Amino acid sequence: MNNESYLNMELLRFTTAGSVDDGKSTLIGRLLYDSKSIFQDQLESITKISNRKGLDHLDLSLLTDGLKDEREQGITIEVAYRYFATPKRKFIIADTPGHIQYTRNMVTGASTANVALILIDARKGVIEQTYRHSFIASLLQIPHLIVCVNKMDLVNYEEEVFNTIVTNYKNFASKLDVKDICFIPISALNGDNVVNRSSNMNWYEGSTLMYTLENMHIGSDQNHLDPRFPVQTIIRPHSNEFHDHRAYAGRIEGGVFRKGEEVLLLPSGLKSKINSIYYGDKEISEAFPPMSVSMTLCDEIDISRGDIFVKQNNQPNASQDLEVMFCWLNQSPLNLSGKYLLKHTTNSVRAIFKEIIYKLDIQTISRNEMDKEIVSNDIFRAKIRTTKPLFFDPYRKNRNTGSLILIDEITNETLAAGMIV
Amino acid sequence: MNNYLLKHLQELESESIYIMREVFSQFENPVILFSGGKDSIVLTHLARKAFWPAKIPFPLLHIDTGHNFPETLTYRDWMVNEIGARLIIGSVQNSIDLGRTKEESGLNASRNALQTITLLDAITEHKFDACLGGARRDEEKARAKERIFSHRDEFGQWNPKNQRPELWNLFNGNKLLDEHFRVFPISNWTEMDVWQYILAENISLPSLYFAHEREVFERNKTLLSVSPYLTLREGEKAIKKVVRYRTCGDMTITGAIESEAETLEEIIIEVAASRLTERGNREDDKRSETSMEDRKKQGYF
Ligand SMILES: Nc1nc2c(ncn2[C@@H]2O[C@H](COP(=O)(O)OP(=O)(O)O)[C@@H](O)[C@H]2O)c(=O)[nH]1
Repeated sequence: MNNESYLNMELLRFTTAGSVDDGKSTLIGRLLYDSKSIFQDQLESITKISNRKGLDHLDLSLLTDGLKDEREQGITIEVAYRYFATPKRKFIIADTPGHIQYTRNMVTGASTANVALILIDARKGVIEQTYRHSFIASLLQIPHLIVCVNKMDLVNYEEEVFNTIVTNYKNFASKLDVKDICFIPISALNGDNVVNRSSNMNWYEGSTLMYTLENMHIGSDQNHLDPRFPVQTIIRPHSNEFHDHRAYAGRIEGGVFRKGEEVLLLPSGLKSKINSIYYGDKEISEAFPPMSVSMTLCDEIDISRGDIFVKQNNQPNASQDLEVMFCWLNQSPLNLSGKYLLKHTTNSVRAIFKEIIYKLDIQTISRNEMDKEIVSNDIFRAKIRTTKPLFFDPYRKNRNTGSLILIDEITNETLAAGMIV
Repeated sequence: MNNYLLKHLQELESESIYIMREVFSQFENPVILFSGGKDSIVLTHLARKAFWPAKIPFPLLHIDTGHNFPETLTYRDWMVNEIGARLIIGSVQNSIDLGRTKEESGLNASRNALQTITLLDAITEHKFDACLGGARRDEEKARAKERIFSHRDEFGQWNPKNQRPELWNLFNGNKLLDEHFRVFPISNWTEMDVWQYILAENISLPSLYFAHEREVFERNKTLLSVSPYLTLREGEKAIKKVVRYRTCGDMTITGAIESEAETLEEIIIEVAASRLTERGNREDDKRSETSMEDRKKQGYF
């Protein structure tokens, strides 16, 4: 790969979901192995362990089994991140376990993903866990779903089996809020349709998994319509050369900002014009998500962390009362009379719960309005009130300005992930 | 709107800069852990970009084992001067002299593990509440699971079983008194990303990374440099070879590779073709399957 093309690569983040033994670790191992992202010493180490375990094939799943306790128990517990690259794209995999704590872990992995890979065991077909995983992917608004029907080798690579699973899945998926779904029959163990086309399934006319990951359109995954720039910090050099330099640093969380344009500052409601935009030490003329930039304005205005730059004719919602879909992540249950710390963009406020509207039974994907006991892994909709107004967009419209987390004021642990409705 | 898509190195760069600015905003007394290796050099470069045209608002902390390559120290002093940063040195020799820690004995003794005590002492002494490190998740299995904002208890220990979930780009740096965070802004970079970035940004590196002639000897399949810190054993012979380094740790444990790569472009070609991980040449990681994880739990980098 020459340097030119390396500099032209795009970044795609994906998460994987499947129940235990659907072959998730094997599939990731296969992607790494077939894309030649594995090193000799790693290969030697897994060969050694495979032999010790008396296996006749290379156990590719060992490549992704992270920490000691987990290796001993032979299971993956936590979210782990893996990396590989092809000449077109660099990939970041958030590898999440399919069983215990699956909701919490999958939500975490899904929060930054462009794509979710959903694994189905061809012998078992669409099962309850498939619904759950797909539902979480849709809740977290992952823009693309790839459903991999795995272990096709165990069903004689039959088209019929694949088609039935696709039909069943589509019936259910019509209830989900997902824009882009595709289906691929694979064998992670043998490598069919993972990186290389399978000669065992000539009836399949679609692309391999790797080709799909390399070519799917991710240019619209970020919001480019609604300009949002939450201020992270203020840069004041106090040097002779940059005596009056006062720049607002942050990341573009939506839309496009251009030099010379008028911006509205919230919460003050004051207006000013963008004097300059810097990316590092280079001046640029426009900035878009997810660029980290700094901007100077034409007027001297009192601005601090947590303030947001928007446009007069395109303003976010502003309110102290929010309706939020939450996923409770912590072991200790929700205390309805408790006060919580809330982080949203670069803002920190305190929040209280006003009402639990319903809890989602994610086995059946139905609403339960009676049960208000919220424990670890629960997904629920609630009304909260914050100490000061937040400037937000619905999560569906913008994942960056529509997401929040709750923090325990005493233990400082992250308790819940929230998506503003 | 297709043209509004960042290239992957820019996206990584933007993410790292965002994280640096969060550290600045959320903590009172952050520090950059500066080893003199390419990752901490890239980290420092990113910090400059994050706060430009202001100076980096963090001092650099170098844990000096006393077994460093002289080239690393020369580079360190040059760079600190170049960017006008404040350098704090934590000396492992000092910790040994004060009886805080003991030199390892035995065949493969090194000062690598001893650094943990010196690091934790420096954190306590200077009341650092966030230490920015250049670790990457592709380096090692235990790192693959570590958060970007990684919590440490009052003993400086990492608890891999009780990590805070990290969602979206909302980083929770809240903590109790005497606890601190390790923050890894380049978590999502790979070795290749780092090299390509060094090339694209024209970042200068210690001369160790480039091919040079050096007296080396072979031990446990590793080419170690002849130095005052290692005594040749029976059957070991010093020979002159053209070598370079992929990481720069202690002279006592860091293996050289035979290489003719004299420029960044040549190094990149070599890294791309390499079939060994960069840590594969480090004795410290070879001790057992889980040596990194065990050290991290104690408070290692
Ligand atoms: N026959 C066959 N076995 C597979 C395939 N993929 C995975 N397996 C096996 O299924 C078992 C579980 O796989 P693993 O990757 O550990 O599943 P995980 O729990 O989802 O990570 C292992 O014994 C794998 O070898 C496949 O495509 N075909």
